Amino acid sequence: MAGLMSGFGCFTHAVMRAAPRSLARDALRSGGQEVDLLKVQEEHEEYASVLKHRLGLEVLELPADEAMPDCVFVEDAAVVCGDTALVSRPGAPSRRRETEAMKSALTELGLNVVEMTDESATLEGGDVLFTGREFFVGLSKRTNQRGAEILADTFKDYAVSTVPVQGALHLKSFCSMAGPGLIAIGSSEAAQKALKIMQQMSDHKYDKLTLPDDSAANCIYMNLPGKGDVLLHCTPEEFPESAKVFEKLKDHMLIPVTNQEKAKVDGGLTCCSVLINKKKNI
Amino acid sequence: MAVLSSGRPLVLRVPGVMTTEVGSETDVKKEPEKVPEVQQHTEQPDKPADSTASASSDPPQEESRSAEAGSDQEATASPEPSSPPAAGGQKKDKGISRFLPPWLKRQKSQSQDKPGESAAPPKQESEEVVKEDQEETSQPKEQEEDGGGAEHSEEVKEAREEVQPEEKEKDEEKSIGSADTQPVREEKEGESEVKESDEKEENEEEKKEEEEKEEQQVVQQEASVPSTLKLNKKMKMVVCHVTLLDGSQFSCEVEKRAKGQYLFFQVCDHLNLLEKDYFGLSFKDNAEQRCWLDPTKEIKRQTRNSQWQFSFSVKFYPPDPSQLTEDITRYLLCLQLRQDIASGRLPCSFVTHALLGSYTLQAELGDHDPEEHRLDYISDFQFAPNQTKELEEKVVELHKSHRGMTPAQADAQFLENAKKLSMYGVDLHHAKDSEGVDIMLGVCANGLLIYKDRLRINRFAWPKILKISYKRSNFYIKIRPGEAEQFESTVGFKLPNHKAAKRVWKVCVEHHTFFRLVSPEQPTKTKFLTLGSKFRYSGRTQAQTRQASSLIDRPAPYFQRTSSKRISRSLDGAPVVNVSDYSQAAGAGENGPALELNSDSKSPQVEVVEKPNADAATSIASETAFETDDASERKVPQKSPPHPGTDSRDASQSTEVKPEVNGQPEVVEVVEETVVIEEVVKAKPKSPVPEASFTIETEVKEERSLSSDSESEEEAEYHAQPPSTSVSVQQIKEEPEEEQEAVLTQQAPPPAIESQPSAEAAEPEPAAEEEKAAQPREEEHTDEPPLTPDEAPNGHAPQHQAPPTPQTAAAEEEEPLIVNGSASRLETDHLPQVICCSEPPVVKTEMVTISDTFAAQKTEISTKEVPIVHTETKTITYEAAQLDGNGDGEPGVLMTAQTITSESLCTTTTTHITKTLKGGLSETRIEKRIVITGDSDIDHDQALAQAIKEAKEQHPDMSVTRVVVHKETELAEDDD
Repeated sequence: MAGLMSGFGCFTHAVMRAAPRSLARDALRSGGQEVDLLKVQEEHEEYASVLKHRLGLEVLELPADEAMPDCVFVEDAAVVCGDTALVSRPGAPSRRRETEAMKSALTELGLNVVEMTDESATLEGGDVLFTGREFFVGLSKRTNQRGAEILADTFKDYAVSTVPVQGALHLKSFCSMAGPGLIAIGSSEAAQKALKIMQQMSDHKYDKLTLPDDSAANCIYMNLPGKGDVLLHCTPEEFPESAKVFEKLKDHMLIPVTNQEKAKVDGGLTCCSVLINKKKNI
Repeated sequence: MAVLSSGRPLVLRVPGVMTTEVGSETDVKKEPEKVPEVQQHTEQPDKPADSTASASSDPPQEESRSAEAGSDQEATASPEPSSPPAAGGQKKDKGISRFLPPWLKRQKSQSQDKPGESAAPPKQESEEVVKEDQEETSQPKEQEEDGGGAEHSEEVKEAREEVQPEEKEKDEEKSIGSADTQPVREEKEGESEVKESDEKEENEEEKKEEEEKEEQQVVQQEASVPSTLKLNKKMKMVVCHVTLLDGSQFSCEVEKRAKGQYLFFQVCDHLNLLEKDYFGLSFKDNAEQRCWLDPTKEIKRQTRNSQWQFSFSVKFYPPDPSQLTEDITRYLLCLQLRQDIASGRLPCSFVTHALLGSYTLQAELGDHDPEEHRLDYISDFQFAPNQTKELEEKVVELHKSHRGMTPAQADAQFLENAKKLSMYGVDLHHAKDSEGVDIMLGVCANGLLIYKDRLRINRFAWPKILKISYKRSNFYIKIRPGEAEQFESTVGFKLPNHKAAKRVWKVCVEHHTFFRLVSPEQPTKTKFLTLGSKFRYSGRTQAQTRQASSLIDRPAPYFQRTSSKRISRSLDGAPVVNVSDYSQAAGAGENGPALELNSDSKSPQVEVVEKPNADAATSIASETAFETDDASERKVPQKSPPHPGTDSRDASQSTEVKPEVNGQPEVVEVVEETVVIEEVVKAKPKSPVPEASFTIETEVKEERSLSSDSESEEEAEYHAQPPSTSVSVQQIKEEPEEEQEAVLTQQAPPPAIESQPSAEAAEPEPAAEEEKAAQPREEEHTDEPPLTPDEAPNGHAPQHQAPPTPQTAAAEEEEPLIVNGSASRLETDHLPQVICCSEPPVVKTEMVTISDTFAAQKTEISTKEVPIVHTETKTITYEAAQLDGNGDGEPGVLMTAQTITSESLCTTTTTHITKTLKGGLSETRIEKRIVITGDSDIDHDQALAQAIKEAKEQHPDMSVTRVVVHKETELAEDDD
């Protein structure tokens, strides 16, 4: 019963979506690398398994849609905070329809669903960093000011600050929350610049966990009953140096999760799930 | 050592000449000094006719009425700046006082006494509070003791005393300029506004009369005084109506001249509230904007509302309500927040509405009773702007879960959640950015927030803010350079009008003081520019009020919650809450001028110079009455835009006429206030608390400029530096006109442009400054006689109107702005940052913003290191035909000076703005001197081209009439 803004990292449910075969060939990517669909699916299963079996979340897995090669990255389709879900309007036109299945799933979960209907607005969840006390919205190629405004209107309790994103697909391409008040941040200039802006814009003090690799800074923090602080992060195989940094977090339950193949299509760990806390906070 | 030694100085003058028609009124005078005189004078005239009284220029409180008249007179007088310095004013005052009939004096004393007496009762009731208040606000005490007239005189005296030391250095001119000039400007503005507005015929009449009197400023000011006397004589009791937080009305009688705090104490006593520092009384001005009643000033001078209708509300939202001592205080805060939420001022989500609403029910009704509490039992409560049945059901559901919670606990829970809301305690003001896009400025405990729509697009924490100022309808903040930045930047915002800009400024000053400082600035410390009204936060800071609260030793007072009242009222059909009272202060309806965002690198100088010109018209046009506070506030009735040709300045100076409650027109003098609050931050915090280390000094200057076009409006600066920060000095300045400040600096050391505004500092370090100054001076002297290196504050635009003569200029320069000198001090003080505006309390130093391009190349040069150099001098002069006589012969007022120092190079930019009145035409001449000194070879051609380019960009409306390049090459001597 805690009041507002408590229970950061508490989740009970997760929404995921299977990877379509079209992902290998048609998914948007900045690198142009070949993607092994099988590996993607393996990673995806491992990911889902961790959530389900290791962490005990209730995972709702949506079926893949071959017409939506990027649909596995459900994070971009919605932003959930508390019992309110904002169904976004992805900046990539090819991804717009991904929100339909997400909307129905969130509705099914009993969330207060808000849709972003303004056709001038774009927003992808990968640009939305929720720190527990406030939102930072990256203004990127996929997310614009109007989208951020709608997010601010949806989550009125929280300050919503905008952060220009350069040199990366999404804001969370180089940062994420690694704990309450702890921001994992990449070492690139763009990442550090964004962090600086976030620090300036915030009334709150954040600690930072600086990782040598930007991609490694995309991790998933949870605070689960009986397990305490949980962190899903990159594997040593992908980013050995960054993995060492994570391993210094003694108080966290550290769970390396492979993300090598999905990274080829700009997918991070956070991209593959929408985490929901259905425990009544109030 | 000599970083400079090898450098080659490049001096560029880029004079720009702008011609604008200006009324005959030219000078800026310091009102404060004159004020006492004025009062006395006014007393005599009062009896005969109000009109005479109107002439009074200064005493801020009294002056508002008289200001208009005074302004005109002053304006006329101002042209002869040198002659009528403050000293003259004092003499006159004394003389006048001598001649005053004894009975007049008595009246004053009575009037004064009465407020004091009235204040007394509350004191008795709550002795602690009263004492504290008295202590805190030394001014009020003095005023009460002495009486209105006496107050002014004392203040003036202090100001004089303070000023004098500086003046010695600066010469008489300064004193004149600082004190007299400002008042004059204000008055002028008021007049112009009044005329335009035609709100009150009487005012106009007064103005006319004043205009006639134009010849002698002093006399005029004196004349203005009578108006106050008149009021005193009447000595009426007025019934004040105060809407309390629970929606009920509180009425009490106060003496007409009572100060705001008297009424406030009455209300607090009625509420049995001890932790009153978080609260205040507000009223609606003519534009329906919420204004805070200044406790230290007379009520009648602040409110134009004939009904004296106020609202008791939370002024400073405690970031952590759990630290409040008494439940009653938390209860009142809850009431405020309920209103904020219901009105939409404090946005929150559905869930939050429900949660907070449930705590409200628990606090008001106790445990949920299924039998008694049906759904309709909450119909009297408003939990949200748009309350739905769904919400009410949710509220009830949650209410049930609070069983057993006491009202005090429910309030505490309410506050614990409400305080987390992002807009909790954020005072929003409409503004526009540089592109004319609507934004909101949010002032809160931590600093200034910038919103675009609902998005936070920037945030400036108090520690990041070096100075807060406003000019006309522009509001500026000077930002401390970041880690990677070497120089400060200034960010400007366009407010709907001048009044709105001032309102934001005041709110910022108050919030900074309350939340950031340990104790408010001591009025006594401010000595330098104390003429006229000083605005600053006079109450307790949060730290002080917490300390005081810890001493509260009384049983928890019983207080009645709204529920019972609500029921009774509902029976009566009276509305529970006045939502209307909480409409946001920001003038949404008002047109917001374009906002200017300055990039960090931008130089303040440019902005300052340009803004005055451009903005003057707009600002003038938009006016509504200001609060007339002693000197600090101007009331501006709506005024038509200034006459383009003739009185551009006047218009800009927005003097306003206020309609008085009685129907008597009040001419509110537009007094420009300069408050300099310096926080001296020492590298090592003296006390464990960072705040403790700060020394705050405030200076207020009132300037009235008759002639100045654009600058007529009030400007205020507030310098604040966080304790933790390396920067040593914070200044809060209200400067009506930057020019005046500049003048002050110049005045003291006319010959040496760079000389510091030593007066304020009390102990300027001549040596260091001189050293620095030395280089520029040499150059200046050699090359350009007309140029006096002045270091002007960024935002202020100097106005020299009538008298181009050097004396006048000096007079105008009331406030010393030290660019170079300040920097030197900083270094001496061991300030970490290269460029610092260290300003002694008196001296207003403005940091010049240095453009990024400059910054990269520049190196810090410590004053000490400045070597004595033998130089070869080479001068190249390009002169346009226009240049001519205006510029060189005439004295200039330093507007702004920038000093940029970097490792290899030292660049000093001095902007000299001179305004002169000739045959009804005012010319604005801007001379920019750029001194580049460096060890390494500099591409002088490139530097010159860059400088000219920048000058053109900065002042597109002006033409470059002359460029002088002066090269000095050291023969090579190293000292040190």
